[in-house]
Amino acid sequence: MSTAVNRAINPIKSSFHWAHRNLFRSPIDSVITLTLCAFITWFIPPLFDWFILQATFTGEGNEQCVNDGACWIFVREFLPQFIFGFYPEESRWRLVTAVIIVIAFIGIRIVFKKKVHKFFTLTLIVSYPIIAFILLYGGVFGLAVIETHQWGGLFLTLVIATVGIAGAFPLGVALALGRQSNLPVIRAFCRLFIELWRGVPLITVLFMASVMLPLFLPQGLDIDKLLRVLICIMLFASAYLAEVIRGGLQSIPSGQQEAATALGLNYWHTMRYVVLPQALQNVIPGIVNTFIGLFKDTTLVLIVGLFDFLGIVQAAATNPQWLGHAIEGYIFAAFIFWCFCFSMSRFSLRLEQRSHLKEKPMTQPS
Amino acid sequence: MTSAQSPASHNVNMTRLLTKTSSVVLLLLFFTLSNVYASTLSNIKEKGYLTCGVSQSLPGFSYIEKDGKWTGLDVDFCKALAAGIFNDSSKVRYSALSAKERFTALQSGEIDVLSRNTTWTASRDTSLGVHFAGVMYYDGQGFMVRKDLGVNSALELDGATLCTNTGTTTELNMSDYFRANNMQYKPVVFEKYDEVLAAYEAGRCDVLSTDQSGLFSQRIRLKDAKAHKILPEIISKEPLGPAVRQGDDQWFNIVKWTLYALLEAEELHITKKSMMLKKLPTKPKERRFLGYDGNIGENLGLSNAWARQIIQTMGNYGEIYEKNIGKHSLLNIPRKHNNLWTQGGLHYAPPFR
Repeated sequence: MSTAVNRAINPIKSSFHWAHRNLFRSPIDSVITLTLCAFITWFIPPLFDWFILQATFTGEGNEQCVNDGACWIFVREFLPQFIFGFYPEESRWRLVTAVIIVIAFIGIRIVFKKKVHKFFTLTLIVSYPIIAFILLYGGVFGLAVIETHQWGGLFLTLVIATVGIAGAFPLGVALALGRQSNLPVIRAFCRLFIELWRGVPLITVLFMASVMLPLFLPQGLDIDKLLRVLICIMLFASAYLAEVIRGGLQSIPSGQQEAATALGLNYWHTMRYVVLPQALQNVIPGIVNTFIGLFKDTTLVLIVGLFDFLGIVQAAATNPQWLGHAIEGYIFAAFIFWCFCFSMSRFSLRLEQRSHLKEKPMTQPS
Repeated sequence: MTSAQSPASHNVNMTRLLTKTSSVVLLLLFFTLSNVYASTLSNIKEKGYLTCGVSQSLPGFSYIEKDGKWTGLDVDFCKALAAGIFNDSSKVRYSALSAKERFTALQSGEIDVLSRNTTWTASRDTSLGVHFAGVMYYDGQGFMVRKDLGVNSALELDGATLCTNTGTTTELNMSDYFRANNMQYKPVVFEKYDEVLAAYEAGRCDVLSTDQSGLFSQRIRLKDAKAHKILPEIISKEPLGPAVRQGDDQWFNIVKWTLYALLEAEELHITKKSMMLKKLPTKPKERRFLGYDGNIGENLGLSNAWARQIIQTMGNYGEIYEKNIGKHSLLNIPRKHNNLWTQGGLHYAPPFR
């Protein structure tokens, strides 16, 4: 109360006070503060200069970029290619539609909250992969077939990441449960699977899938390259995820399972209604961590000749008309990756908070 | 084992036998299936497209245009192949390969032809199971200097500081060259191209050394490209050309003669434009080459109009060269070694007869 009054009467004194308390408390604090200040004044102005003041924002060609700063025209000119890759221009609406469906669905969920019927949600989740596949690949309803070798850019990155995540999650849960199973064959198989996939680098896996696999397959049997890569990424991520979820399963006291059995629940019911909901909640940070890792790992597909977002940015930077703008491209790519990863981590935070809110009434003493 | 076998052990033996036979059958099936190799050409015709391994991005040689189309010298060779086979240069599927995976991709059949600025060397030709079909571009290591240094020849570079990148043969070539000419030099070595260029631009070294094609593309990235010059000396041989898998001579011939067709057309002064005029050639050499006489195309397993299709869609070697890396491009690399033998260069196509 008194500090609030103080602050109102003498803001200068209180801010001085704050600075003294937080920045210059001890000699070491003062030194650190001053060094950081010097660092910022030395570092920020040239950066600001390069990013904004000296940068070129408008114009058509590379010739317009005469200033010393960044040449953002490069990013602007290539933006459609960064996003859609080699996808034919006249069919790009299909990708936009696929994204709009997702956004609309999330919007409906936010606006109507619990009023949305479970059945609606479930149908959409089950049917979305089919809808998305039809939109992206085509071949039915008069949509032209866009083969996967024409896929690229941010769009490809998102496809790999979502398919990887959506496929790895159920597989990871199954593997984690299997590893704790009482049946020795299942247990051994799951352990072998997890150790095998965790023991090899992703690059090796991708390389095997893209160039080695055709050596073993009979000629004529041609599995789509992207499909091969997707399956590999999925299996790879599921092995990591299984270990995270196993940690969650082990954090649930065995009393829970025993109590459920005592109530007459069978194994699947026990897992579904008692153990898994708690176990997964406990390891949300770990799961999201794996997913963020997976999202960033998608950039490795460049090794096998798929042009993901980063790959296409790199390729654009070698266009003879636009040489010398690799830095702008990389910064843009870093920014986009950060946006996606950051929103994933925010989403996980929200999930955690929501689950804690649910828990609170139970933990509070009545 | 005792003489009397219990029924149980008999059963076990039976199961073992069954598993063994079935696995042998599976293996046999596997091998027979994988050994049914159709010829590359019939495979390509069946698929309806050709798979071409190109560089992920190299200015002038293979890169992606703003509209998502592949272009460049290496890419145009793939298009010429497709034009010869299908009379449609768009029937190519590009597989962008890193330097590490290029040969594996070729051996495994992932691609039909490798057109990825790959140097033809003895060890590659003999130990990797590939055949080089010829030389598309004669490259070699060169030097770039500031014009105000007043240097006109690499032999005047005694005591200079040289920037280059690690891990390649460039360092080795440089030290060989300088030692052979009794000159001193100080190397400044970096991991990446960008760093090399930045160091050169900042004046940390007097000379930048890498493959000539690379020098020309690095030069347009400099702030004042006109203030720098590329010295005439070339100190290493880097013949870059397309490669195919060993074991399919027909396909090897098609790739080889497609390259020669591009060169022969230039020698005969047949251009894309002259083909558009639709005038029937009268000279016997031209008639044979374009498939009006003889059956060179059919002997290759293609149609006799094969060479005609190539030149109609792609133009001759000179046109492809000037468009991608020569006069009509920003790179502006002079022809020199890459001229025809009639012009003092090294390109020479065997006769079409």
